[in-house]
Amino acid sequence: MVSEELDITKNNLPAEQGPIQYVNELTTLNLGPTHPATHGIFQNILQMDGEKIVSGEQTIGYIHRAFEKIAERRPFYQITTLTDRMNYCSSPINNMGWHMTVEKLLGIDIPKRAQYIRVIMMELARLSDHLICNGILGVDTGAFTGFLYIYQERENIYEIYEEVCGARLTTNMGRIGGMERDLSPTAIRKIKELLVRFPKVLREFENLFNRNRIFMDRVVNVGAISAERALSYGFTGPNLRAAGVDYDVRVMNPYSSYQDFEFDIPVGKSGDTYDRFMVRNEEMWQSLRIIQQAMDNLPEGPFYADAPQYYLPPKQEVYKNMEALIYHFKIVMGEIDAPVGEVYHAVEGGNGELGFYLISDGGRAPYRLHFRRPCFIYYQAYPEMCKGLTLSDAIVIMSSMNVIAGELDA
Amino acid sequence: MLTNEEVAKAIITQFGENVSDFDDPYDLLTFATSREQIIPVFTYLKGHSTFQFGFLTDITAVHYPDSVGKEFCVVYHVHSLTNNFRLRIKVYLTADDVHIPTLTPLFASANWMERETFDLFGIIFDGHPDLRRILNMEEMDYYPMRKEYPLEDGTREDKIDALFGR
Repeated sequence: MVSEELDITKNNLPAEQGPIQYVNELTTLNLGPTHPATHGIFQNILQMDGEKIVSGEQTIGYIHRAFEKIAERRPFYQITTLTDRMNYCSSPINNMGWHMTVEKLLGIDIPKRAQYIRVIMMELARLSDHLICNGILGVDTGAFTGFLYIYQERENIYEIYEEVCGARLTTNMGRIGGMERDLSPTAIRKIKELLVRFPKVLREFENLFNRNRIFMDRVVNVGAISAERALSYGFTGPNLRAAGVDYDVRVMNPYSSYQDFEFDIPVGKSGDTYDRFMVRNEEMWQSLRIIQQAMDNLPEGPFYADAPQYYLPPKQEVYKNMEALIYHFKIVMGEIDAPVGEVYHAVEGGNGELGFYLISDGGRAPYRLHFRRPCFIYYQAYPEMCKGLTLSDAIVIMSSMNVIAGELDA
Repeated sequence: MLTNEEVAKAIITQFGENVSDFDDPYDLLTFATSREQIIPVFTYLKGHSTFQFGFLTDITAVHYPDSVGKEFCVVYHVHSLTNNFRLRIKVYLTADDVHIPTLTPLFASANWMERETFDLFGIIFDGHPDLRRILNMEEMDYYPMRKEYPLEDGTREDKIDALFGR
């Protein structure tokens, strides 16, 4: 890592040669594994020349929990809880992505109402994901106010999750074949309230940051990456769009009725931290548009598919009806075999293309399941983006990339 | 819009006997090739004037301990963003020779994906700049995703289920 001309041993100059000649000396700095400014457990071994970063090397895997191995023993419905724990800032997207993968394998058609509810929940998850990312970017540049303002809204989104599935962070939302329950009147009221209140809060947040001189000085032209390099590094999601490539899985390969909604894909220009921030902000506006459209056109009808072999029957039926009891038992015990097949399904996660590569050999559990975790793939570009910048820039870049430890290590 | 047949035909014309097992499970064109051909195949797909498979989505591996001579399968997913077309390429390897050329000169993102595959399956990517374990600790002397390592201790008796036979 240390280059020849910067060899520290050359400092042994004899005293009679006059004043001490200062030779460049590299400092090795361990940023992490636990550091209050890195949100999660990341270690970066940086070589610093004064305050400039010369090179860096990431160590990951601190919370590797072997999800892919565990998944090979679990029935399909039990894998949803594993997906919760990947990008825990937007668990519903992971849950729905997994459900859709299995539904694709099983060939189940989902009713429109369930698809729309899924879209609403996924866009709420995107809101909360981008809120956290942009809010924390503010904190890392020294602006705590914005973060505190918008955290109330994140709380409100979590209350909607609670209303829909009973949990807040690791949601385990929905079921294979639809939603676990319909949107309750309370949930609908809370979503409608959010749609009224959120734009004001977001506008206030933007007023605090978008043209803020101090903020801009910290983020403009920091950690820029060209579109070409970003594609080569496998960037997806807001980070790729900030570099100017309009790739969005929701538009490119629509799933769950995304083709019914009208929304724009914001793109940046230079791929720097400021662009990433702005793209996320604009995506929140677009998410609000999608939620509004989905709420306005929410179709009537069932909220789960007619797939009794895979979708748990209503509890009342289980007590009265023999068939329902049998299905209930078989599903809970994981005794339903899936067809043989090989599926790749991708959804637009909070930070990029979240892919599920599932191979089924006809058993109760997947033969092999691989998660394409977006931040695992784009985090490798981090040293290149930090090169030549200062330590404080490195912190800001990491925040703006939205690297989530749970997803990184899976 | 590219169709599966169109792409498959072009690939067969270019590579003839070196590509095989064309299939399209759930509309995703899949084919197998040999490890000698993997670099030419990717160079061709990336450089092709209309296909432009310039985005490497994923690299992973699968272990099939029972299929003799084809124990390991390295799976590549590539995506042509200009045509919105996805492609899956498989390379089968034998258990006693798990070497395959690296894709890092073509795609920078292959670096960690290959390290992960090496870490979990022990596939050795020849020419990789830094082939070390990435998720597990360096001292580990086995490749945990291989099927010979069961998730739970096989000797536990309290887990035997007489009714369901697992």
